[in-house]
Order: sequence, then C-alpha cells, then structure tokens
Amino acid sequence: MLPAKAVEPDEVLPDPALEARARHISEGLRCLVCQNQSIDDSGAPLAKDLRLLVRERLKAGDTDQQIEDFVVARYGEFVLLKPRFEPHTVLLWFATPAVLIVALLIVVLAYRRQSASAELAPLSKAEERRLKRLLDDS
Amino acid sequence: MIAETGHYALILALALAIVQTVLPLWGTRIRDPQLMAVAVPAAQMQFLLIAVSFAALMTAYVTSDFSLQNVWANSHSAKPLIYKIAGVWGNHEGSMVLWVLILALFGAAVATYGTNLPRELQANVLAVQGSIAAAFLLFIITTSNPFTRLDPAPLDGQGLNPVLQDPALAFHPPFLYTGYVGFSMAFSFAVAALIDGRIDAAWARWVRPWTLAAWMCLTLGIAMGSWWAYYELGWGGFWFWDPVENASFMPWLAGTALLHSALVMEKRDALKVWTILLAIIAFSLSLMGTFLVRSGVLTSVHSFAVDPARGVFILAIMGVFIGGALTLFAFRAPLLAQGGLFAPISREGSLVLNNLLLTTACAAVFVGTLYPLALESLTGEKISVGGPFFNYTFVPLIVPLLIAVPFGPMLAWKRGDIVAAGQRLMVAAISALVVAVAVLAWQQRGPWLAPFGIGLGIWLIGGALSEIAYRVKLFDGSWAEAWRRLGALPRSAYGTTLAHAGLGIVVIGIVATTAWRSESILALKPKDTAEIAGYQLTFEGVAPREGPNYRERVGLFKVARGGGDVTTLEPSKREFTVERSGTTEAGIHASWRGDLYVVLGDQLKDGAQSVRLYFNPLVRLIWLGALVMFTGGALSLSDRRLRVGAPKRAKVLGQGLAAAE
Repeated sequence: MLPAKAVEPDEVLPDPALEARARHISEGLRCLVCQNQSIDDSGAPLAKDLRLLVRERLKAGDTDQQIEDFVVARYGEFVLLKPRFEPHTVLLWFATPAVLIVALLIVVLAYRRQSASAELAPLSKAEERRLKRLLDDS
Repeated sequence: MIAETGHYALILALALAIVQTVLPLWGTRIRDPQLMAVAVPAAQMQFLLIAVSFAALMTAYVTSDFSLQNVWANSHSAKPLIYKIAGVWGNHEGSMVLWVLILALFGAAVATYGTNLPRELQANVLAVQGSIAAAFLLFIITTSNPFTRLDPAPLDGQGLNPVLQDPALAFHPPFLYTGYVGFSMAFSFAVAALIDGRIDAAWARWVRPWTLAAWMCLTLGIAMGSWWAYYELGWGGFWFWDPVENASFMPWLAGTALLHSALVMEKRDALKVWTILLAIIAFSLSLMGTFLVRSGVLTSVHSFAVDPARGVFILAIMGVFIGGALTLFAFRAPLLAQGGLFAPISREGSLVLNNLLLTTACAAVFVGTLYPLALESLTGEKISVGGPFFNYTFVPLIVPLLIAVPFGPMLAWKRGDIVAAGQRLMVAAISALVVAVAVLAWQQRGPWLAPFGIGLGIWLIGGALSEIAYRVKLFDGSWAEAWRRLGALPRSAYGTTLAHAGLGIVVIGIVATTAWRSESILALKPKDTAEIAGYQLTFEGVAPREGPNYRERVGLFKVARGGGDVTTLEPSKREFTVERSGTTEAGIHASWRGDLYVVLGDQLKDGAQSVRLYFNPLVRLIWLGALVMFTGGALSLSDRRLRVGAPKRAKVLGQGLAAAE
C-alpha cells in the first residue's frame, strides 16, 4: 500500500516515464519470498531480480499488461498483490459487497419491524385516561 | 527448582481453573450461594498461581538459565537485560503464559472489584473466564510447555531474533495481548447473560469499562507495532496489510463497534441482541488472531511458531468457544426482549450506521486475510491479497464512516434533527473545505484525492471540537458561562472528543505521508552531497562499530537546512553475531513537517555506497493520533460514571451528577 522503496541506484532506468511505469508495475507484484510486500518494497535478492526483469521487458517495448502476463506465466498468480477477477476469486471480490447488502437489509427490516410495532401499539385505557388528565390540566 | 515451581504452579492453575468453571456454574443452576461464592477466591488464586509461574520463567530468563529449553532457544547471556525480559514473551511458549496471565488478571479484577455485581452474574462470568483459562492452560502444558529442561544444559543460548530486539517491540505484545484478552471479559459477560437468559442496561454499564480498557490497549499495541515496522524494517512503511497485522486489526474494528453499541444498550436499552453477538464476535476474532499468529499457518516476520499440533489444538479451542457461544446465542437470544425504539435519524441510528460500516469493514479484512488460506487448502491454488485489494474493499467502507462520525454525537437520542446537526457542524465543514481547497492549490504532485483526505481529517477534528463547543453553548452565552460549563462536562464527553479528534489526526498522517512522500535513491561516495525536501545531506563515509551483541556498519550523514546545521544521522546495518542475521537501522530526523528517513543500502562495486533517502511528511501524526485516541479512552475510563462499581455509588452521588450534566 505504501511507497516504501527498495530500488537500488543501479536499477533506475534513465527514462523517467519508463521508470515511473516500472515503479507502478512493481508496486502490484509480490516479492515471492516475503510476506505481503511488493517487490518495490523488498530488499530480497529475488525481488531485485524481478525488478530488473520488469525493467528489461519495459525496455523491450512491452505494455504493462504484457509484462504482468509474462510475470504471471512465469511465477503464477501468487505474484499479483491484487488478485485477478476470475472464477476462483469471485467469492473474494464479492464477499464484502454481499456482507454490506445483507447487513443493510437486516437494518432496514429491523427499522420497519420496529416502526410497525410502534404504530400498532395503541395506548392502553390507563394511558388514555392519564393523557386526558394531563391535557385537561394544561 | 525455580523452574519446577513455575511448572507446578501452572498445573495447579489448570486444576483450579476447572474448579472455577464447574462449581460456580453448578451453583447457579441449583441456586447454592456457597458454590457460587467459590468463584471469587478461585479467580484470585488463579491469578496468583499464574503470576508465580510467570515470575519463575522471568527469573530463568534474567539469570540465563539455559537448562530450560525455552530460554536456550530464545535468549543469550550477552543480550541486554531489557531484551532478556522481553524475551520471555518474544517466543511462542512464553507469550502464551503472558496471555493466560493477563486473562487471570482480568478475572481476578472482576472477582475483587465486581462485588456489586449480581451474585449469579459474577459467578457465571468467572466460570466462563475459568473455562477459557482451563483451555489455554491445557494447551500450554500439553503442547507448549516453557519449563521443559535440557540435559546436559548448553553453555549459551541461541539468542533472540534481532528484529525483535527493539524497545517498541518489547512492549508491543503485552499491550496487544491485554487488548485481545480484554475482550474475553465482554465475551464472558455475554455468555453469562445468555446462560442467565437475562440482560439489562446495567449489564452494558458493567461491560463497557472492560471493553474500553481492552480497546485502549489494543489501539496502543497496534500503533506500537506499526511504529516499529516503520523504523525497524527499513522501508518507512507503517502498514502492510500483512495477515498478522490484520489479525490484530479485526478485533480492533469489532471492539470499536462493540464500544459504540454497548453505549446504545446502556443509555437506551436497545440493540441488546446485537451487542451480545458483537461481544462474542470481538473475542472470537481475538482467538482467531491468536490462532493465526501462534499456529504457524502464516509464516512472516512476526510468526515464530511452526508446529501443526499446536495449530490443531488452538483450532479446537476456537471451535469449542465460538461454536458453543454461537449455539447458546441461537437458543437464548430470542428470550432477550428488545427495548428502546428509535428513528433512523437519531443518536442510536448513527451508532447503528457506525456498527454497520465497522462490521462490514471488518468482514472485508476477514475475507482478504482468510480467503488465500482457504483457497490454498481447498484447491492448492496460491493467490496473494495485498494492499491494492484492501484499497478497493476496505477504504470505500471507512471513508463514509469517517464522514458520518461528527454527526453522531450531535444527534439527539430517539429522534434527531439532521439539519440542526449540520448547522452545528458548519464551522467544521467550512474549515475542512477551506483546508482541502488550500492544499489542492498548493500541491504540485500527488493524487488529486489527497487534499480531500486532509479535509476529511480536519472535518473529524473540527467535528469533535464542535461537539464540545455545542455542549458548553460556546456561541450562545457569555464566555464565563461557557468556561464554567466546560469544567462541569463529564470526562467521558472529553473522551469522545479526543478519540474522534485522534482519528482525524491519524487520517491526516496517513494521507499526507502516502500522497506526498518524496524519495531519492543514490549511490554516494564520501563527501558527496544529496538534497531532499529542503535538507542538504553530506555523506561522511561508513565506519564499523561494536554494540553489546552486534557489529554494525554505520553511515555518517551531516544534515543541514537553509545553511544551518540540523543534525547528524547515523543509519546502520547491524549484524548480530549470535543469531547470524542482521537488521537495518534507519537514521531518522523528526520535525513538525515530517521525518527525514535515511537508509543505508549495500556497498557497491566502485566503492560507492547505496543510500535511500525519504521524506515522510507528517508521518508522526499517525502514532500521535493513536496516542490521542488512547488518552480519550483513558479519560472516559476515569469518568466516575463508568468506573467499576459505579452502578451502586451512582445512586448516592446521582443527584450531584445529574445537576452537573
């Protein structure tokens, strides 16, 4: 999530636009030997190899998508910090919206039931007498 | 001998925990006051026994008794004393003993100070606490015994993981565990209420202080962990959405929701069933946090344990307590009559919205943390869920919540007036907008949403202050009158204000450092200079140095700003001789603008030194804000009305307090 950079000086590409793209791609790629760190954040040798690989592909003229596909083909989907939307991740992506919708429904139903019960409960005889007395007093 | 005493005390504590569970529970069934009364001395003795055991382990660490396998594996004679002490909980076995110690401490506190609780409630609560203690003591004694001896005793130990030899991390686990375990109180009260089939507003009043104390400790514990990651891991990041971090964040989210729903229950007798469920959820997530970290299902910098037998045991504990509590909930919850009606736009309604968003956000973290584990164990497919995923799922839920926060305290109970609340918040809204526009005009780079993030932080702080201003009628009367009212406000009002303002401070810190961080990656030779965020750094070269139990390469940087010398930074790379691993120590210069953060990289071929410079604007606000939130909690806790034992005394003092409000 955070731009904590591990990039070494000898890796930086001379073209700033290309380097910016390299950084952007790196932030979404996981360092395979670390816990939830992008290769951009990690000082591990493997992360460095991957950073260099990304930059090589960039220099060869690949698009961002081509590079992502290339890395995934080589290392598997594990390498992506944001999983792709595919059959086996449908649940992952939809779980939170689903929880939100169900929770909203529960809240709306609870309010409805509450207001229904509030409307249906008329004053008891004693309460009506008391109300009348209060109104008469004032 | 000392170790054996500790071991023996632990086994006695287990036996006593079983007594503490069975007798009082039975007593409440057959209405026998004597059996119920067993709970109090049992809980007190329980604490004493575990304290003895913990002290024995501590002694072994401090005296470097390497005949204990646990001490041998996690300590070394050359380690500084503070890390010998912290080493007690810097490993699996010791940290579990700390866990039950804190559990027993809470139990003893309820036994000692809960004298005004209804006798049956107290007996049931302590019985449930006893059962949790029994389960974890059994776990420690059978799978994670810290008192196992080695024969022959080795000459010296293997040391403690270097990244853990750090002051912030030394005290991170005790706070985190106090938070985790503190939610066990809410859980025990919830289960006791379900066993009893009865619950009222007084229940919430008893539960709230415990939940608040747990929440405060968890807040501080998480902040310490993040602060540690910031300066110790050498990347300058403060949150990685690492499963271990998430494991502590989920109980925090649920606990925050619980604090707010318990408020509704105490004041308005509503949301009872939900509050009970939330109490169960908060502690279940704490148990899950313990499971994730302790079972070794995740392997990360934080995780030390890799032993499936333990994982299965904790999973069984989780199954019994969560499953048991939810089953009880399913049968008993319908008995709990719902009270207090309210309109959607009301104080209660705003707290319902708070709970809705917090629980859903918690669910987002839950799914993101557990989905990869579940997918891998079911299909063998490995996927990663990192920061980008949470930016899409968690952030969109939290932002509306943050926008809604200032409205809550401005709305009346039962039926609120949103327009009036909006008018009272006008000053806060205008300040937020002005700041956002000013930042937008000033910023040259960074995402266009960032200024609005800063505005959101200002809105939270302004909203919190507006509440105080409104309550003392700052603009409706004389200043003297407002001043008098300010003194008469209950401390819990200041608590709310501080907690909400602290949240705003955290938001500003996160947004600023994420959006406007600057960095520079360089290869420097001695006497080379570099510039970042207005600072001029001169690299003076690298020198070796000896520490108590490590060697380090220290880079020397002279820092100047606007012609004047500011400071000298000494980032280093440490090599721990015993543990044969290293750490990166960043050189940090803090100012009110932000942190200058210098990290030493590798030695390059041509004799140059790889150096990374960062400027993290306003990053300290993140931890400062957490501290403000903690202080808010502490102020609330010190409020007489919330203090343990308040229900009884409130009757005597009630008149004076009512007048003060």
